[in-house]
Amino acid sequence: MIQAHGLHKRFGANEVLRGVSLEMRRGEVIAMIGPSGSGKSTFLRCLNHLETIDAGRIVIEGEVLATTEPGGPCRYAPDAEVRRLCRRMGMVFQHFNLFPHMTVLQNIIEAPMTVKGMKRDEIVPRAEILLEKVGLSAKRDAYPGRLSGGQKQRVAIARALAMEPDIMLFDEPTSALDPELTGEVLRTMRELAEEHMTMLVVTHEMGFAREVASRVIFMDHGSIVEERPAADFFANPQHPRSRAFLDNML
Amino acid sequence: MDYILKILPQLIEGTGVTLQVFLITIVLAVPLGLALALARISRWRVLSVAVNGYIWLMRGTPLMLQMLFIYFALPFVPVIGIRLPDFPAAILAFVLNYAAYFAEIFRAGIQSIDRGQYEGAKVLGLSYPQTMRRIVLPQMIRRILPPVSNETITLVKDTSLIYVLAMNDLLRAARGIVQRDFTTSPFVVSACFYLAMTLVLTWGFQYLEKRYAVADE
Repeated sequence: MIQAHGLHKRFGANEVLRGVSLEMRRGEVIAMIGPSGSGKSTFLRCLNHLETIDAGRIVIEGEVLATTEPGGPCRYAPDAEVRRLCRRMGMVFQHFNLFPHMTVLQNIIEAPMTVKGMKRDEIVPRAEILLEKVGLSAKRDAYPGRLSGGQKQRVAIARALAMEPDIMLFDEPTSALDPELTGEVLRTMRELAEEHMTMLVVTHEMGFAREVASRVIFMDHGSIVEERPAADFFANPQHPRSRAFLDNML
Repeated sequence: MDYILKILPQLIEGTGVTLQVFLITIVLAVPLGLALALARISRWRVLSVAVNGYIWLMRGTPLMLQMLFIYFALPFVPVIGIRLPDFPAAILAFVLNYAAYFAEIFRAGIQSIDRGQYEGAKVLGLSYPQTMRRIVLPQMIRRILPPVSNETITLVKDTSLIYVLAMNDLLRAARGIVQRDFTTSPFVVSACFYLAMTLVLTWGFQYLEKRYAVADE
């Protein structure tokens, strides 16, 4: 579904990604873990064009988003094409990024109506099903300002799902939440995984990575250090740096 | 009291002129200011620098000077030189000047919107114009209401500057009566007129602020 090959990205003198490659298959749930500043979030943001790569190749479901000729500059597909490809990926942010001037329902139906041109009558029933799924039917007409962090994040998940993405990207979805609120968000994500949604999750929740992810990718200093099935990785980390990281976390 | 009733028609006539200048300026300067603000933050550098220069020019010289220039000097400027009658000349000066102030208010408002809002919109597939129209501008409006209200109230009173082009606005009408009748009461009456106008505006903006505050925590 996603093929990333040799992604390079630098911010000024700081080389954030030093040739990161990833192949993701349909239905896979991948957890990306690693210390802060290791490039996990940047990698995720490069996949859906929130950041542009300096070199490398990104292919989304067989279609080229960006590619680099040997020795040449990195080229992106035309803007409209980039937008179309990126729409296959839904994204959930650490800080939710809900639209504060819209109610929960309006947040969910905004993109289907504005981007896909769907009629209100078509999308509202679907939005209500999504709200039911994330357990927030009662908050349908509330503004985000009245919700708890966990509720906001669940609305954000419903909002992303309303665009019917093939892949969901999660960028530290529980890092801004109080510990007692992370559970409800993780539960929603677990349900999504059980429905075989393809998911790439940058997270510090080791329990979630262990139980839900099929594969774990450990990143450090802009490179992938270790990449193995989740059970394997947690039972028996190979690389000394992943071992040190896990010892610190658990 | 009888005296006030007697001078009222002239003052009301002046108020008409004042309100015309005010309303036409608002209707034209707000959209122009928004366009300037968007140009100012545009990634196209030439445009941004040009608008920046324009704003500096308009905010850096007196409105009265701009009005005098448009009325008296513009006809002699090569190429764009046109001779405007007094009312259009005054309106043009007001619109060009106020658009510059509105542009800066709008720009500040747009730039106060969190980056996350753009990213949230982008990952949902909204284009830049859609993001502006649906996400950024509606949130901006709420934040800029207080400075816009300030600017609007200032405009009500600035309209009195059109006396330099010999137009009979509220203040000039009052002054005419004062000079004719040797009494200062027309000033007091005209002050009441201005206060009434700004009171209506104040209420209007308070209502808008309340309406836009529904989304608040």
